[in-house]
Parts: sequence; C-alpha cells; structure tokens
Amino acid sequence: MTETEFQAMRQAVVDGDADAAEAAARASIAAGIPPLVAIDEGFMPGMKEVGAGFAAGDLFLPDMMLAARAMQRALAVLEPELKAASVERTVAGRVVIGTVAGDIHEIGKNLVGMLLSTSGFEVHDLGVNVAPERFVEAAREHRADIVGLSALLTTTMTGQRAVIAALTEAGMRPPVKVMVGGAPVTGAWAEEIGADGYSEDAMGAVELAKRLVGGGATGAGAEGPAR
Amino acid sequence: MSAVNPAAIGGIRVEALDAEAIARIHDATLHVIETVGVRFPSERALATWEAAGATVDRAAEVVRVPRAMIEAALKTAPPEYPLAARDPALDLSLDGRHVYAATDGCGIEVADLQTGERRPSGIADVAEIARLADALDEVSFHWIPVSAQDRPAVSRSLHELLACWANSTKHVQTESIVSAREARAAIEMAAAIAGGRQALRVRPVLSMMQCTTSPLGHDGGSLDAAFEAAEAGIPVGFMTMASAAFTGPATLAGTLVVGNAEVISALALMQLAFPGCPVYYAAAQTAIDLRSGAYTGGGPEDFLFGAATNQLADFYRVPLSMGAFATGAKAPDWQAGVENALSSFLASAVGSDMLLGLGLLNGSRIWSHEQLLLDAEIFSIVRGMLRGIPVDDESLALDAIAEVGPAGDYLTAPHTRRHMRELWRPRFMDRRPMGVVEAEGGGPRAWANAKARELLATHEPERLEPALAGELAGIVHAVEREAGVEPAPTVVDVAAPAGIGR
Repeated sequence: MTETEFQAMRQAVVDGDADAAEAAARASIAAGIPPLVAIDEGFMPGMKEVGAGFAAGDLFLPDMMLAARAMQRALAVLEPELKAASVERTVAGRVVIGTVAGDIHEIGKNLVGMLLSTSGFEVHDLGVNVAPERFVEAAREHRADIVGLSALLTTTMTGQRAVIAALTEAGMRPPVKVMVGGAPVTGAWAEEIGADGYSEDAMGAVELAKRLVGGGATGAGAEGPAR
Repeated sequence: MSAVNPAAIGGIRVEALDAEAIARIHDATLHVIETVGVRFPSERALATWEAAGATVDRAAEVVRVPRAMIEAALKTAPPEYPLAARDPALDLSLDGRHVYAATDGCGIEVADLQTGERRPSGIADVAEIARLADALDEVSFHWIPVSAQDRPAVSRSLHELLACWANSTKHVQTESIVSAREARAAIEMAAAIAGGRQALRVRPVLSMMQCTTSPLGHDGGSLDAAFEAAEAGIPVGFMTMASAAFTGPATLAGTLVVGNAEVISALALMQLAFPGCPVYYAAAQTAIDLRSGAYTGGGPEDFLFGAATNQLADFYRVPLSMGAFATGAKAPDWQAGVENALSSFLASAVGSDMLLGLGLLNGSRIWSHEQLLLDAEIFSIVRGMLRGIPVDDESLALDAIAEVGPAGDYLTAPHTRRHMRELWRPRFMDRRPMGVVEAEGGGPRAWANAKARELLATHEPERLEPALAGELAGIVHAVEREAGVEPAPTVVDVAAPAGIGR
C-alpha cells in the first residue's frame, strides 16, 4: 500500500504535475505516513530522478522547473504537518534572496530560488527592489546561511555592494555568506565587493550554494568546480 | 576620414513568412493585446491609454486595447525618416532600401587590445570604441558599445553619449537612457549639436532604443524616456528580446506574437501621445539554452527571427532595428564567425533598416576590437551579396567572351580591368599559400588586432567645437548636481585642449 503511494509521489514530481503532487501529499497524510517519510522516500526520489535525467542530458531546464514546482506544492502541504509534530526537516542551508534596490528584474532570481529550494535549501525570497536593511532583517530573522543578491543592470549592481556593507555593519559577516548574480555581474566584481561567490547561471548557483554551506548543514567548505 | 557605406537592398530576397503567416501573426498579436493585455508601469503611459479609451487595470498596470485602436494609431507612424549625424554628409535615410550597421551594446567588459585580458568597461573604452568605429565605413551609426561603469549611475548614459559624439561624427542611437531625466538632458545635448529644438526635429542627431520587459511588459523609466524622445521628435524604438521557452513560448510563431505585442503596443502608445512622431520596431529575439536558461545569440531560431521580424516591421510600415552579430562565442573564433555571418545575412537579406551590432562577444557582454573589425568584414561580405547579380549587356560580357574564345583566359581582357575592382576583396580572410602561413604565422585575428592598433594610432575624427563640448559637459554636470552627485569629468573635460582622446 505504502509503496503505491510513494510511487505516486515520485511520479508526480517526475511528471512535473503539481496538482498530482499536492493530491499525493494529502493522500499520504490520510494514510498516516509520517510527513518526513513522505518527503524522503516519496518526493525526493522523484527530484533525484529528474536531476539524474538533467545530468545525463535527457531532461532540460523546463523539466527541472516543473519538477521543482510540483515538489514545492507537496512541501506546502507537508510542512505544516511537520511543524505540528515539532519535527524539523534537515535543510542544506537557509537562503535569503532578492533583487537589489532600484532593480525590478526577477526572472533569474526566481529561477535560482526555485532550484535552491528543491535542492534542499530553505529559501526566503524577498522579491525585487529590496533595500539593504530588509536583507539584513530577513537574514537575522531566518538565521540565513547565505544571502543571494540579484541585479540585472550595471546601474543597480552597486546595490550588491551596499547590501554586503549593511550585513558587515550589522556584524553578520562572517558567518553569513553572500552570493551574487545577474547579467552584468562578473567574478572580478564579486571579488571587488567581497562576495563569497557568483555564478553565471542558475544551476551553477545551486552548486555554489552547496559549496558555501560546505555540502551539509554546516562545516568547512568543500572545494570543487562551480559547475 | 569618416565615412559610411551601407548595404543597398535589392539583389537578394529572402522570405521567412508568407502573407498569410504575417496576417495570422498580426491577428494573434491584436488578440493578445486586447484580451491578455500588456503591462505599462508608467503613470504617463496609463493616463495616455485611459485618455484614448483603452481598458486600464490600474492595480496591475495592465492595459487592454481594442484592435482598431492599435491599428489606427500605427497608421500615423512615418514610414521613412532620417537619422542625422554631426557631419551632415553622414546622415542616414531610413528609406527601406539600405541596411545600416551599428556597433553592439551594451557590454560590461573589454578584452584589452594589448594583453587580451578582460577588464570592466569604463568611459575611456566608450570613447576609444567610438573613434575606432568612426574609422570603419561598415559602421553607419553607433550604439553605446559598453557601459561606462566608472561614471555615476545617475549620469552614466549621458557620459556615454557625449563620449560617442566627441569621438565620431556619425549618428548615435542610445540603448542606455532609461529615465525621463536622462532623456531630457540627452535631448538638450542633441539640440545643442543640431542647432536648436526645431533643427533637431528635422535632423535628429540622436535616436533612442528602449527594451521591453518580456513577456508582455515594459519598464516604467524606459517608457517615460520614450515619451520625452517622441515629444522632441527624436526617433524612438522598442526592442523585444523575448526568448523562446523562457520569456516567450517555445514555438517561434508564439515568441513572435509575444514580442510583436510588446513592440506594437508601445509604438501605438507613442503615436497616441504624439501622432506622426518617428518610431521604429526593434528586436533581438532568441531561443534560450535549454540547459542553463541563458540567452544564446545564435542558432537557427535566432537567424529565423532575424529573417521574420523585418517582414513584420514592413507590414506596419515602420523601420526596423534588428539585433544580429550577437554571438555567444567567448573569443573571435569559428562560433563567432558562423553565428554572426548567418544572423547578419538573414537580417540584411530581408532588408532590416538598422543592423546591430558589431564588436561584442559572449552574448553582448565582452567588447573586442578584434571582433569589431572581423564583424565589419562579415558585413562587407553581406553588403557584397546584397548587390546581387546585375544582368545586362555589359555584365553578360559577350564581346569579351568572343575575344577570348575557347581555351584562352580573361586575365588580360579589357573587360576584366573594367570590372575586376567590383569583386570583393578581403582584409582579414587568410588566402595565403600554406607554406607562407607556416613560415610567417599570423592570421585573421592577429591582423585585426594590428589593424585596430593602427586605426587608433592614426584615425582622428572631427572633434566637437570647444564651446559646444563645454556646453554638453555642462548639461551632464547639471544632472549630477541636481541629483546631489559629485560631477564626474566627462571625456571632453579630461581630453587635451586639442581634443585628442587617446
């Protein structure tokens, strides 16, 4: 009986079917499956399968995004159950992301947020045109391991420096790591403003985030290529 | 000496869409504008739409426009107008019979000519690139090639504009003016060059390009800047960069519809506000890289977009500024050659009026002087192809054929000497014998590098009159003071009195 339900959860994620994922999550609660078990043995194997397909070159970014969305819908059902049972899901890290002040571009940032959240990170997306103080507050409130800063314009990317300054001012750096991204951002810029890393694309950002948190919840950074 | 030599359209015709396909895309576009709507996050835009009677959702800033209103508004757009230059001999006529190529924009890094190292772009790069492009007759006008990241954000676009005017007598089209304040200052600068507001209307030495925000949206600051341009009679265009499978549907027709809705709704808006103002269609659609989601700048889809879009612009009887030469290559290499040759050829063969843009690598991020010269060579090939094959008594060469007869050769025929200089000659293609190549080394990229150095050492465009230069710098500084920013030296402030910007 449980195997069938796990299969439905896995398949919903592989198909990128958010409605089916939500239904499978509700069914698992009705069947009395502990939510943590449903996540780890039902939904996550689906994500892993999609990830393997992507790595093999058989699946593409839209497949990843659909799977991620299905996964998120399932988590939205299961997480309140976890909370009610006072069970804390192990997360790879906590990330606060947003597009810096004066910049309203969000597509790239949303993509990174979605992929991070389905790679085991807890993601708090502050949206666009976010003031430095707001990043500081959110990083404190959510005990962030990483703050991710997006900017699409050369005229706004200086806002990334301002956020790093504000985090430093607030005495949060270290331990809070900062990753930056966006079309005008380069490795040289990331270095200049004292960011801990940057990536040219969303998949690279996930790898970077994993490296910044040391491959686990905490610990020393594991070196490795960005992609 | 500064010169422009555009491609004359006529010898070759390419069609990506037939009349029925164009009609269906147009119809679908009007359906989208009327039912889904387009986002216009600008008070001035929303008020203009309301006054015209469109359905405006203030909360969402989304406008839904009856198809008849769009069609009627587009009819007042002029089909032809000039892009003027500081030197009137370099004025361009957007007459549908020429393809004028421009530099690309707006990069953020420069591959150093001496070391090859990448570094962030600054105002000195804008000035140097403008001067180099001024020396090439394949470049008819300028875009802002790279971002002047060493100048204040509030006045950066104006520093860039002044750097182009100070280093070239050709027309400048900006893609980096994205607020009403910057636009007003730029227009004031343009009027000073043209000799007043009225003269500027007749000979606009400046045109502006604004990007849409795909899918189906616009940027508020860009819209407000566009209104300023339209009001002053400065040609203004809207560029869609809808990307198939990301900011547009995965199908090419679907992405054409989304981009078309963005562009024509904005052009209609400008016509509603200022009927008869010069506007143009602009586009640089692409298909994303399916693994990273990134802009690609190459591939059959991009080239087809280049071929299809001028047919849409022609349908609306407005000029087109088409993105080409947008290679994703990281260096001037095989990929850059393939992508830039195909994109520029297809966009030119359909008669795009303005063709962007030479010189950038890595999806319009890294400027390369070498690439500029190699792209210019590609454009010269395209220009040669567009001439086509004239067939008349002289070109059929019957006298020469009779004179040489079977088994002779045409090397010494008088007909050959009359016509041989019409044949295309390369500057950078390597046609040397293999043994010479092995002995001497070098090749296209090395030659382009050497040519860029030579032109930068020798080419001296006509500079701005010192009084005019001072007036333009004063306008830039006024914007800075008004914003409470320390005035940053402009290129004319830092130049030697003789105006040598090297």
